[in-house]
Amino acid sequence: MATATLDSPPAPAEAPIPTFTVTMMVRRFDPDVDEEPRWQDFDVEMYPTDRVLDALHKIKWEQDGSLTFRRSCAHGVCGSDAMRINGRNRLACKTLMKDLDITKPIYVEAIKGLPLEKDLVVDMEPFFASYREVQPFLQASSKPEKERIQSASDRARFDDTTKCILCAACTSSCPVFWTDGQYFGPAAIVNAHRFIFDSRDEASSVRLDILNDKEGVWRCRTTFNCSEACPRGIQVTQAIAEVKQAIMFGKR
Amino acid sequence: MTEYADGTVVDGVTYHRHDVVIVGAGGAGMRAAIEAGPKASTAVISKLYPTRSHTGAAQGGMAAALANVEEDNWEWHTFDTVKGGDYLVDQDAAEILAKEAIDAVYDLENMGLPFNRTPEGKIDQRRFGGHTRDHGKAPVRRACYAADRTGHMILQTLYQNCVKHGINFFNEYYVLDLIMVEVDGQKRPAGVVAYELATGNLHVFQGKSVVFATGGFGKIFKTTSNAHTLTGDGVGIIWRKGLPLEDMEFFQFHPTGLAGLGILLSEAARGEGAILRNSEGERFMERYAPTIKDLAPRDIIARCMATEIREGRGAGPHKDYLYLDITHLEPAVIDAKLPDITEFARTYLGVEPYTEPVPVLPTAHYAMGGIPTNVRAEVLSDNTTVVPGLYAAGECACVSVHGSNRLGTNSLLDINVFGKRAGNNAVEYAATAEFIPLPDDPAKPIRELVDMLRKSNGTERMSDMRKELQLSMDTNAQVYRTEKSLTEVTKVIEDLRGRYKNVMVQDKGKRFNTDLLEAIELGFLLDLAEVLVYSALYRKESRGGHFREDFPNRDDENYMVHTMAYLTGDAHSEDAGDHIRLDTKPVVITRYQPMERKY
Repeated sequence: MATATLDSPPAPAEAPIPTFTVTMMVRRFDPDVDEEPRWQDFDVEMYPTDRVLDALHKIKWEQDGSLTFRRSCAHGVCGSDAMRINGRNRLACKTLMKDLDITKPIYVEAIKGLPLEKDLVVDMEPFFASYREVQPFLQASSKPEKERIQSASDRARFDDTTKCILCAACTSSCPVFWTDGQYFGPAAIVNAHRFIFDSRDEASSVRLDILNDKEGVWRCRTTFNCSEACPRGIQVTQAIAEVKQAIMFGKR
Repeated sequence: MTEYADGTVVDGVTYHRHDVVIVGAGGAGMRAAIEAGPKASTAVISKLYPTRSHTGAAQGGMAAALANVEEDNWEWHTFDTVKGGDYLVDQDAAEILAKEAIDAVYDLENMGLPFNRTPEGKIDQRRFGGHTRDHGKAPVRRACYAADRTGHMILQTLYQNCVKHGINFFNEYYVLDLIMVEVDGQKRPAGVVAYELATGNLHVFQGKSVVFATGGFGKIFKTTSNAHTLTGDGVGIIWRKGLPLEDMEFFQFHPTGLAGLGILLSEAARGEGAILRNSEGERFMERYAPTIKDLAPRDIIARCMATEIREGRGAGPHKDYLYLDITHLEPAVIDAKLPDITEFARTYLGVEPYTEPVPVLPTAHYAMGGIPTNVRAEVLSDNTTVVPGLYAAGECACVSVHGSNRLGTNSLLDINVFGKRAGNNAVEYAATAEFIPLPDDPAKPIRELVDMLRKSNGTERMSDMRKELQLSMDTNAQVYRTEKSLTEVTKVIEDLRGRYKNVMVQDKGKRFNTDLLEAIELGFLLDLAEVLVYSALYRKESRGGHFREDFPNRDDENYMVHTMAYLTGDAHSEDAGDHIRLDTKPVVITRYQPMERKY
């Protein structure tokens, strides 16, 4: 059991926190002007605790207003700002400067596998279309007067996959999804898992049939990219494996 | 007057026709859509993908007197809501909120929301600030929750059910104008004008009824829990149409934002036993609210925190924050019930909440005021007159169930109860109403605004102006206010209004031009900050979230009334007195006479 440590506050000493200059390499694309995406570098003054999103805002607000990206909550719960940062899919608002090697330029580009619209913005519609395919809503015939009863352990069974924020970091990190535009992708399977293993739901066999399709779970090659990419820490590969098992042996 | 079939394109403007047009796809908008969608042609227009909405950032819970874990009833909930709002709550509305809360929670559970469960498998409940047993005797477990991501689960569940019902979404369409047409001597809504982010094209959505569910405007402040996108566009549109805004001076500062960042750490932490401490390690809330201590309402705690810092008991090298201490909770409890907020502390401050107290400071969180509505969610054009066919719900609206200070967990409740009412009443209205013919070229004002901004050679950086506004609002119109500080920020806003006419937009393109939209959003922020400050200057008393150091007491004799602000002239003129008229509206008092507010 931990003890309080009020006599040693977490804040650093009196000295002002130093800033440093970091080079942001951003992959730009404006389809009205550019034939191909191009890299552009920007130098920005940052604090170690600043987020990559702060760096992008600094560029947009102080240097080039045309730099385009999505963002909203800025603390990792809305799922707007998934992007490739130094080759890894991450949320720009959850990636701090101090956790990157700032002696080298930081490379930022749009997530892969979805149509590029402008700069860091991709067309999310194919992603949401896959999500809708798996019938991501509770299907239950009973109409109770109050709440449906569900044991704490039944509730815990699908807890991990309820955390999904639909940011597409997992799906757009999947090599199968890059090469095969038809694959449902990890996020859709995660959201199917969330209902397949919900004791209140009655349509798991329908969803398992959908995912048993040739473009369904069997396309997964267990590369674990998705689990590594998930900013919510969801065990995506495990969820996919559980869906595969449920198709073969039934739910457990 | 013009009439166009759905899908007609005229001069680059696409015309759409739907019975019900809902603006905003957060909790209130989607809850409305779930009622309206299955019964009539419904369009939901949102500046974001629905799952990006800020409902998803709400953490702690949704209040309802289910009495699943201990004795409770809706009348106690009503009382707590009224007292929490420092008696400025309309009590008929609060009673509806508390009564309908119970079905609102069951609705969500039945739709699939994965609430945490009791050992018997019922919805679990926990304590939250200001929610008490038997009129203030002790804290009560009333907040229904899903770990510390209740808002996330509500947003996901509502979106899932919208998918189920095949709701027609227009994502990343920015509604920038409400089309009002005079019918029988009264202005009525005929539709809205929206800017499509992907293309830069304009769209007109004609609707028989229109629901505003556009959320708040916390971005008028620097330190805020609000998303970048919460710029008050919907409330600003209503204001520019000459419709009133109610109780704009009342803004909630949530006690526990991550110091320096404003990111929310749920009150659920204190519901589970977390303690606020000053630099001396003292549990200072014992001195201010001996009965419910750290579970006092937010306005009171935020003020106590500001006082602790002023009196030199702030923590850290600059003595400018306080601590939220959960080190005495078992890590297993923290992981099960507060996983997200502990992760925020680790990610953004590098603090390990198992073993270290977390630096916190009050953060601008929630607008109690907004678009006045009655309990049917119908928008009012004065104290009593309904605008037929126009509805509002959620944070953008003021019913008023929150009075001068909202209780935690009552906003996730508000969006469900009044979102549902707005949807039901809007679809019922549309069943018998006709489309109101559109005026000629209804998109003209917005086309001119967009063209002007895109072509402008302005030199004023909007980020500089926004930062100045936000800093001045934090300094002068936050937890503590005085005539002097409010006058100070008024001058800043005046100056910014002048400079805004020369705003710079660097992106001249049509596709995904977020630069242009940020400039438009800044215009709304300036409008709303001005109304807030003007209303705050008028209210020479202290009540709930509005604390005037020069008038530190509540003054029921003169100010037991809602404030109603009207735009009467050119919104862009620099002197607020030129174009804002203030009026008052009586508070609805049914059961509870105002009493001194002690906890």
